[in-house]
Amino acid sequence: MAKSYLSIELVDKSFERNGQVSEVLKQVSLGVEKGEFISIIGHSGCGKSTLLNLVAGLTKVTSGAVLLENKEVSEPGPERAVVFQNHSLLPWLTVYENVSLAVDKVFSRKKSKAERHDWVMRNLDLVQMTHAKDKKPSEVSGGMKQRVGIARALAMEPKVLLLDEPFGALDALTRAHLQDQVMQIHSKLGNTVLMITHDVDEAVLLSDRIVMMTNGPAARIGEILDVPIARPRNRIELATDRSYLKCREAVLKFLYERHRLVEAA
Amino acid sequence: MSVTNLNTAPAKAKPSAQVVTFSAPAKRPAPSQFMRRLSAVAGDIVPPLVTLLVLLVAWEFICSSPTSSLPSPTRVMAESWDLIVHPFYVGQGTDQGMAWHIMASLQRVAVGYAIAAVVGIAMGVLVGQSQWAMKGLDPIFQILRTVPPLAWLPLSLAAFRDGNPSAIFVIFITAVWPVIINTAVGIRNIPQDYQNVAKVLRLNQFEYFAKIMLPAAAPYIFTGLRIGIGLSWLAIVAAEMLIGGVGIGFFIWDAWNSSLISDIIVALIYVGVVGFFLDRFIAFIGRAVTRGTATA
Ligand SMILES: Nc1ncnc2c1ncn2[C@@H]1O[C@H](COP(=O)(O)OP(=O)(O)OP(=O)(O)O)[C@@H](O)[C@H]1O
Ligand SMILES: [Mg+2]
Repeated sequence: MAKSYLSIELVDKSFERNGQVSEVLKQVSLGVEKGEFISIIGHSGCGKSTLLNLVAGLTKVTSGAVLLENKEVSEPGPERAVVFQNHSLLPWLTVYENVSLAVDKVFSRKKSKAERHDWVMRNLDLVQMTHAKDKKPSEVSGGMKQRVGIARALAMEPKVLLLDEPFGALDALTRAHLQDQVMQIHSKLGNTVLMITHDVDEAVLLSDRIVMMTNGPAARIGEILDVPIARPRNRIELATDRSYLKCREAVLKFLYERHRLVEAA
Repeated sequence: MSVTNLNTAPAKAKPSAQVVTFSAPAKRPAPSQFMRRLSAVAGDIVPPLVTLLVLLVAWEFICSSPTSSLPSPTRVMAESWDLIVHPFYVGQGTDQGMAWHIMASLQRVAVGYAIAAVVGIAMGVLVGQSQWAMKGLDPIFQILRTVPPLAWLPLSLAAFRDGNPSAIFVIFITAVWPVIINTAVGIRNIPQDYQNVAKVLRLNQFEYFAKIMLPAAAPYIFTGLRIGIGLSWLAIVAAEMLIGGVGIGFFIWDAWNSSLISDIIVALIYVGVVGFFLDRFIAFIGRAVTRGTATA
């Protein structure tokens, strides 16, 4: 059988601290096809970021393997660009420079200087941030910072785009706006996306499949839900869509009936 | 209650508003803004001026008796008038105007401090990157840091056999510790996020150093540099007292030997003012370089 584009195979991950081993992920397997949009949802602390970091190569698997195009992932690299939980723009660089740092590094040989400039501007335009290109991150809003983070990741032309709660810290309106933008970009560029989220509506709206994780320690993938809704999707039409509501209910039931967070919050 | 308040408030506001409109009806915001800035500046300048005046008067009062061992401000003015009005006087040997003494001292500080900055940042980067080096070297640094600058002087005189390099070495050894320690702390505190960005981009060692490490640690580095410049200026005066030649420290020592107490007081004012501006200068550069960095 042919392997998936991105393949997570029987991955275990445990951290050791002061001689104490804590198992975070246990026997996690997932295949992602090219161009798919996958959401990972689960309660806080179950190991979603850990899983994403494993795919990014920022942390190493304890056992098992992550394969991208049949090659084992052993270190971080721009073909698996990450948009981090808290934007992580470099505060001493302008919006433009934050993106061009990535572009200059990744395309230093493949593009001329003028082409690189155009490419930076293209990606800033994609997230509608050209107007603030000379501003420092501290001078733009939280939503704009996150957009620049997305532009920086997109500009690397990654094989897989990894998003760690990209809209977690934003207000509902900004969040909806950015979700629409990400949907547009995804339909235009056809990226393969792995996105972590806490938000059930966001997961259903954006994803082709939703990966639901059980609670830690030793979290597994509990269920994988197909979202059979045609694209382009429209959030207003979906609000009353039968299959949308069914998906939503399935995720909610998983999170709040079968796998409630036991510890008192 | 609230009704009376509402009634009185506009009544109070009116006259001042009228004054502005009457004086310059065409461009109303300009003069008021100018006046506001002027009063803000005045608010900053008046308190120190008043305090200075009070202190001078008190000093004059305390030291005005003929038996006083220290001169009063007016006597300082009278006795050291030549010194005060001819800062650029050029004479024989060490008989120079204040400006030249200060220049000579500043030159030594510049050399010693520049070496301390470069070596301190380099050492700090090395130490900050390795947990082992940090643990191993930190206690040594912490002990050496507390050695008073002048205690190094005999050793450096023995090593260099010459006054000038010895003074520069003392500056260096005094200023280098806070730079090393602060740089190391800055490097250790680089957020994991920035390191992750560097890893995803596969920045090489040099790119990481120039594009992430230095800018991220810059606020810490400048804190160290600022402490360092203060210490350098403290050390140079003491060191020059002992090595002689042209320089503000030796000038003070020379004045003491000739019982020119008024000259010493003039020199102290110079030392203080120059020290103040050195500190502000480094702080200014720090702010210019690290603009926006602090607010992530
Ligand atoms: N470097 C580490 N060392 C030790 N334990 C870690 C480390 N990183 C994560 N963990 C542990 O792994 C578990 C999962 O953490 P992770 O950050 O992946 O959760 P998460 O699902 O992303 O949570 P959230 O939704 O709050 O972001 C946590 O219990 C955490 O304490
Ligand atoms: Mg997380």
